[in-house]
Amino acid sequence: MKYLQRLALIAALLSLGAALHPAGAAPSGPPIRIGSTLALTGPLAATALVHKTVGEIFVDDLNRKDGLLGRPVEWIVKDDQSKPDLARTLYEQLVTVDKVDLLIGPYATGAILSAMGVAQRYNKVLVHHTFGIPSLAKYDMQFATWAIGPRPEETFPRLLYDALAGSAKPPKTVAVVTSKFPSVLFLSVGAREAAKKRGLKEVLFLEWEFGNKDFGPIASRVKDADPDFIWVGAIGLEGNMLLDALKKIDYAPRNHFYLYPAPGPMAKAPVAKNALAASVFEEHPPFTANPVAAAFIERFHERGAKAGLPDTSVDVQAASSYSAWQVLTAGVNATKSLDDKAIAAWLKQNPVDTIAGRLRFDGPNNYGDDLMKLKQLQNGRWVVVSPRQFAAPGADLIVQ
Amino acid sequence: MSWPSLTLLGQSLLSGIFIGALYGLLGLGLSLSWGMLRQINLAHFALAFLGAYLTYQLASVGGMDPLAALLVIVPCFFAFGAALHWLFARFSISPFNSLLVTFGVTVIMESLIQWIWTADYRRLESHYGEIKFRIGTLFVPFPELLTLLVAIALALGTWAALHYTDLGKALRAAAEDAPIAAAFGVNDRALALLLSGLSAAFAGVAGACLALSYTLAPSQIYAWIGVVFAAVMIGGLGNPIGPLIAGIVIGSSEALTMAVTAPAWAPLVSFSLLIIVLLARPQKI
Repeated sequence: MKYLQRLALIAALLSLGAALHPAGAAPSGPPIRIGSTLALTGPLAATALVHKTVGEIFVDDLNRKDGLLGRPVEWIVKDDQSKPDLARTLYEQLVTVDKVDLLIGPYATGAILSAMGVAQRYNKVLVHHTFGIPSLAKYDMQFATWAIGPRPEETFPRLLYDALAGSAKPPKTVAVVTSKFPSVLFLSVGAREAAKKRGLKEVLFLEWEFGNKDFGPIASRVKDADPDFIWVGAIGLEGNMLLDALKKIDYAPRNHFYLYPAPGPMAKAPVAKNALAASVFEEHPPFTANPVAAAFIERFHERGAKAGLPDTSVDVQAASSYSAWQVLTAGVNATKSLDDKAIAAWLKQNPVDTIAGRLRFDGPNNYGDDLMKLKQLQNGRWVVVSPRQFAAPGADLIVQ
Repeated sequence: MSWPSLTLLGQSLLSGIFIGALYGLLGLGLSLSWGMLRQINLAHFALAFLGAYLTYQLASVGGMDPLAALLVIVPCFFAFGAALHWLFARFSISPFNSLLVTFGVTVIMESLIQWIWTADYRRLESHYGEIKFRIGTLFVPFPELLTLLVAIALALGTWAALHYTDLGKALRAAAEDAPIAAAFGVNDRALALLLSGLSAAFAGVAGACLALSYTLAPSQIYAWIGVVFAAVMIGGLGNPIGPLIAGIVIGSSEALTMAVTAPAWAPLVSFSLLIIVLLARPQKI
């Protein structure tokens, strides 16, 4: 018995030691400085907080292991206040004043475009996670992990309409209602054209200015048109605002898609039942079968709760953000250098396995495959329903 | 092109009237402080959102009825408004500088809200949100109806108080010519504190109405400034009823524009109206 107690004591001490000093050599030497901005304040701040939490998790994990190239990593993140012009100034500052070794992208298309200009001027690699208009990504050392492919305005509506067409009750009429937010509008226009090509009858098309506050009349027009399917080109709160307005006039859309919704608040809205949206990752198999993804989900839940995120689910934003860090560090590790040109050359020739899937950068504007999937809100939870190989166990597309 | 149905037009008009009432409610305190105290108080919008977040907090975390939250918010905001005016008076801040100072206060309050509630969206789920009435084919949601009734009551109440009470007459006299009013025994400083406190309290009430109908995010503070300013200027500075009428006119015209043409045209309506009013009757602003 005493022998067993001693053995248990030794095991406990060993585990404590392991916890205090994890396996692998501790990183040493001067830190590798990675610079970025995020929209920590301003209208995009809600989502940028997700990216900040992801970055902190990734850098902490790197430093807990053996860092990058054996050196510790320091992430310098500045607040661009959701302003692309400020993002440009801050990236200039990161390169010239903070002398960062590597850059990673800010949040959202406008700021990324600004950062891309600075990266191009200083020949720096820019890996970014949330760029919405691939045709504008002209810099040859930029790499997008928001895996929407080079022509999402064609590929994504195809995925969506294919899924609907394959359902038991394919829609015959469609309404396209959309924000004029640039990275939203071009996809909505693509969805409109795809619907026409498929012979769906368009019963309503309308656009609103980003920042619109009164969705009552838009909801009334949707109710009046009563389409089988609504494409809602909404970003952030807009989807919820339209749903709230629909609820007030007692109208529940039969089949409805939201381009870039605020997934947490939408999941909580009863009228959002069976809503569709785009995703690259959700918290269910087969995505969670990846051990890196599973570990990340656990860490994100914990850190997200501490950061005050009301919704700590890992979905498209968090997964694309994590993938950006994976891509950048894969380039550094493979080339064993911080040389931007070497990293860019390697990334163009080699796909990188990320939690969002295998990303490649050898297509137009360094884009690879469109890895977007279709998810649906079922029983208060987002689940992927198409393509079938990524669908949550037991989940089928519900079409009414 | 088919004509919109009467139901569509009626429902859109209702929606416009309701959002117009909120413009008017938000504009009430702003109009009073601008017209009678010569303070262009941008912080009014931040205060309204602080009121909305406090309503959210007291109702969803504290378990209070959202309307009962006003019992806490109104006196606190009154005190804050009075204190803010005391500071303005103490440092003799000019009307133009008040715009800059209150913009600074707005930024600070936005940061405070974000620090406490994060930048993520907050939605107050209350039983009021589930109540709606039906008039024929039209639906009338209770939170919006409540906002309209509160806006009308406060605007008419303030107007009546300003015109039919000694206190109100003294306030108007002090706003017209403070030294002469003081010569007649009007304590213009105390009245200014009272008016500033009332304006802030009105912001708190508008915040509670916002929380009942809208999902909240700190950056939304700025989304309301343009159109509410337009309502205040069209309605006339210092006029309690004007912003409500102007707000309803703007809201209805925007809503009807959205019902019959492209919704993207709607923002043009409020600012076109403002330009027309500025050209037609600049002396009334």
